[in-house]
Amino acid sequence: MNRATLNLWVGIFVVGGFIALLFLAFKVGNFSSGNLGETYGVSAHFDNIGGLKAGAPVKSSGVLVGRVVAIQFDTKKYDALVTMRLDKRIPFSNDTIASVLTSGILGEQYVGLESGGEPEMLKDGGEVTHTQGAVVLEKLIGQFFLSKSQEPAEASK
Amino acid sequence: MLNKLRRELESIGSLSLDLISGIGAVFVFLLLTLRYSGTSFQRFSLTIREIFYSGVLSLIIILVSGLFVGMVLGLQGYETLQTYGSSESVGVLVALSLTRELGPVVSALLFASRAGSAITAEIGLMKATEQLSAMEMMAINPIARVVGPRFWGGVISMPILTAMFIGTGVLGGYIIAVLLIGVDSGAFWSQMNAAVDVSHDVLNGLLKSFVFGLAICSIATYQGYSAAPTAEGVSGATTRTVVSSSLAILALDLVLTAFMLKG
Repeated sequence: MNRATLNLWVGIFVVGGFIALLFLAFKVGNFSSGNLGETYGVSAHFDNIGGLKAGAPVKSSGVLVGRVVAIQFDTKKYDALVTMRLDKRIPFSNDTIASVLTSGILGEQYVGLESGGEPEMLKDGGEVTHTQGAVVLEKLIGQFFLSKSQEPAEASK
Repeated sequence: MLNKLRRELESIGSLSLDLISGIGAVFVFLLLTLRYSGTSFQRFSLTIREIFYSGVLSLIIILVSGLFVGMVLGLQGYETLQTYGSSESVGVLVALSLTRELGPVVSALLFASRAGSAITAEIGLMKATEQLSAMEMMAINPIARVVGPRFWGGVISMPILTAMFIGTGVLGGYIIAVLLIGVDSGAFWSQMNAAVDVSHDVLNGLLKSFVFGLAICSIATYQGYSAAPTAEGVSGATTRTVVSSSLAILALDLVLTAFMLKG
């Protein structure tokens, strides 16, 4: 086989490899949404984070606004300290409520932010003070049975 | 009785020593190849020729197997996930299993039997017909001229083939799940997009395939170069290439996966 044809085939092969890689990066993976541009950091204390992991999305009204960068155990307050980086173009008020939520029944866990009404905005390194931890299934079932056990008593009246 | 036990122990001992010295010989040969691989890059047309023979000619088997593996994953995944009522996650299942495990491992196994055996047979025959000795007579280093380009051609081809395998596999899953079964197309792609991390899944998978490529090519070139210069020797070396590179791929996969999941 002559050299030009050989080069052509290898060229097609390498370009095909790059196309496959781009397909994997942008269509299969989340290379485009992983980039937030400029960010600012905020932290929040949660009594329970459930299955939240570093790298989990931070959403507000379902829109991706940031990512969880680190999760530590705070030995002063004895709860979980979650550090997040949020998109610089999206400011949140000081009285924002942060909660650990689950997408779908068995989906991944994320941090949901709900902005409050205060005019003062969160700054870099600020803290979200109003938080709500993850719902623990066992506690929920316990509450359900507690309310069920009280029900017949009311119904028999 | 005691003598028999002694003989058994001796045979176990010699097997272990053979195994270890075999691994050592492959490593020494790999270092030798790296030492003389300047030629492969200075005369890159030699390497391009080998990329054609081990990469481009493996395309058909890689693409067709990728498509079928993806389709089977789509079918099986749909059947299983349906019982949990989350059949939209079939895209996540297909993409994650392909990028993390099946893509690198299956394409490396195919590559070892398609291209690795060809490299061994070619170098072994060159040795049997005394072409390598003739080169040495002309003061051409056969490791630089014959082994180096084949080694690098294979190492460069392997990650490219794996990327294509994963790509066609995901498309195969798409064809089965979305086009034939009727899973929602938006949910299929968006859930996959959210679950697959580029550096953690895609790049780690390609890193795996690069390591597999190194292992396959060093085993294949070593077996060819050290084959007995007879017809029997070449056929034995070709068999050993496929067997030991398949074992090396699976063993390396376990080690690499353990490290990657930890990190």
